Amino acid sequence: MRKREKIIKVLLLACGVVSVLTTFGIIWILLSEASVFFKTVSIKEFLTSDQWTPLFADKHFGILPLLAGTVLTSGIAILVALPFGLTIAIYLNEYAPKQLRKVVKPMLEILAAVPTVVYGYFALTFVTPLMQTVLPSLSGFNALSPGIVMGIMIIPLISSLSEDALYAVPKSLREASYGMGATRFQTAFRVLVPAALSGITVSVLLAISRAMGETMIVAIAAGQQPRLTFDPTVPIETITTYIVQVSMGDVERGTIEYQTIFAAGLALFGLTFLLNNISFWIKKKFTRKYE
Amino acid sequence: MSKYNRNYIVDKTFQWFAIFCTAFGVLSLLLFLGNICFDGIGRINWQFMTSLPSRLPEKAGIISAFVGTLWILVLTAIIAVPVGVGAGIYLEEYAGKSRLFDFFEINITNLAGVPSIIYGLLGLEVFARLMNMGGSILAGACTLSLLILPVIIVATRESLKAVPKSLREASFALGATKWQTIRMQLLPAASGGIVTGIILSLARAIGETAPLIVVGALAYVPFVPTSPTDEFTVMPIQIFNWISRPQKGFAIDAAAAIIILLLITFVMNGIALYYRNKWQKKVKW
Repeated sequence: MRKREKIIKVLLLACGVVSVLTTFGIIWILLSEASVFFKTVSIKEFLTSDQWTPLFADKHFGILPLLAGTVLTSGIAILVALPFGLTIAIYLNEYAPKQLRKVVKPMLEILAAVPTVVYGYFALTFVTPLMQTVLPSLSGFNALSPGIVMGIMIIPLISSLSEDALYAVPKSLREASYGMGATRFQTAFRVLVPAALSGITVSVLLAISRAMGETMIVAIAAGQQPRLTFDPTVPIETITTYIVQVSMGDVERGTIEYQTIFAAGLALFGLTFLLNNISFWIKKKFTRKYE
Repeated sequence: MSKYNRNYIVDKTFQWFAIFCTAFGVLSLLLFLGNICFDGIGRINWQFMTSLPSRLPEKAGIISAFVGTLWILVLTAIIAVPVGVGAGIYLEEYAGKSRLFDFFEINITNLAGVPSIIYGLLGLEVFARLMNMGGSILAGACTLSLLILPVIIVATRESLKAVPKSLREASFALGATKWQTIRMQLLPAASGGIVTGIILSLARAIGETAPLIVVGALAYVPFVPTSPTDEFTVMPIQIFNWISRPQKGFAIDAAAAIIILLLITFVMNGIALYYRNKWQKKVKW
């Protein structure tokens, strides 16, 4: 009996170890393939060259254009998702009747459950033509409409995390504010939001990280032309789209083209890893404990 | 105008703005489901469901992608569920508070935040190349299993955490061993939450596109895969492939395939929610 218990414990531990191995595996493959890449291409060129043309005859390996595409689309997404998400969180917490809350929350959660390739279709075939009626100069592939659609997709992420943060503010603070004669608006923005600021910041950082790693929406609707610009009306390419673009073609292992996707992946992983860990740190350090 | 009045107006204005924002979220969902149904519903018929892909949009169908998605779903479940639940049990019941435990915990939170396409790179290098699986269904399922592992682990831990201590102690008092307690008391009591988490994570897995493309799933598969070592495509990749083509007919095919993919996703989400509600009602500690 004893022996069996021990075997089971070891088996379960092995399951846990799989998750640790996954992390090491990711870091190992990114670093090892990227290190081969950096033998041919200097880190200086990678970080400072303003052209990304590994698939052309005249090769340049500057990550900046891809990075600009990633930052631009995620930036637009946050500009959409933050005001909407935060307002919805405040509304559901302070204003909405309980009945409405019960209906709206699951509906917003459906937004998060829709596969991203579907959002890509929506951005390309619906939002872009719609925008073109207002903005005739908008090209068929652009950063604007995938950015907006991505923003709609991450609204539930911001609203639900922010709502949790607002909800965690103790009732006494809220009641004290109402007791002083403040309106719901004043209570929300001068008492609750400042008190829940760390939680709200965490939600925004996680949303940015999610938007940067998002692939299919931008691969479908933003184009495949790496260019160093912050103009949202022209075709661009993000880091994730580039990885997909190379993977769709036939690229031999061991070639510099093959290694570029790992170098690009390393840059993306580094960025999201940084954002995620800053948000964990904020959560740990700044979450206020109320007695 | 008195100050009280002005505050009141600001408050009311914000209320209307907030109602607008909430409606925007909900309406864009409806608008966008409506738009896709409008585009694609007419294309769904028996021919579309049972045909292989084709160069002609009117003759194309989703059978190879549909079967590919089913393969991926089943294999991912077979791989990810035991490992994920096992890891969850270990962390919650065996690990105790230690340095190692903290490390596990930070590691899992971090994994949950890694972009899915990075898992694709991992799968390409480890499963497709090192383990020689190539762009097979098995390589895809292994990759997606790693992707959804954190979700299953967290769901398992949360559900086990919710089981009251008294149940554990009663079982130990009757002379049960640790594993007997887990297998006969804790797991049945926690099953509702665990199953909900598993279904939700699998629903996510079948919607994933990017990692499978990177691992080497094909865009054009003119056959129905019959074994885990076959090359394959899945519904999201088929949709991506159709969207990328210039002909209008393929956009309609894409919309029709999206309707079917969404149906599968929503049904799975629905089952998960139903299960959770039923379980919450039944079990009251």
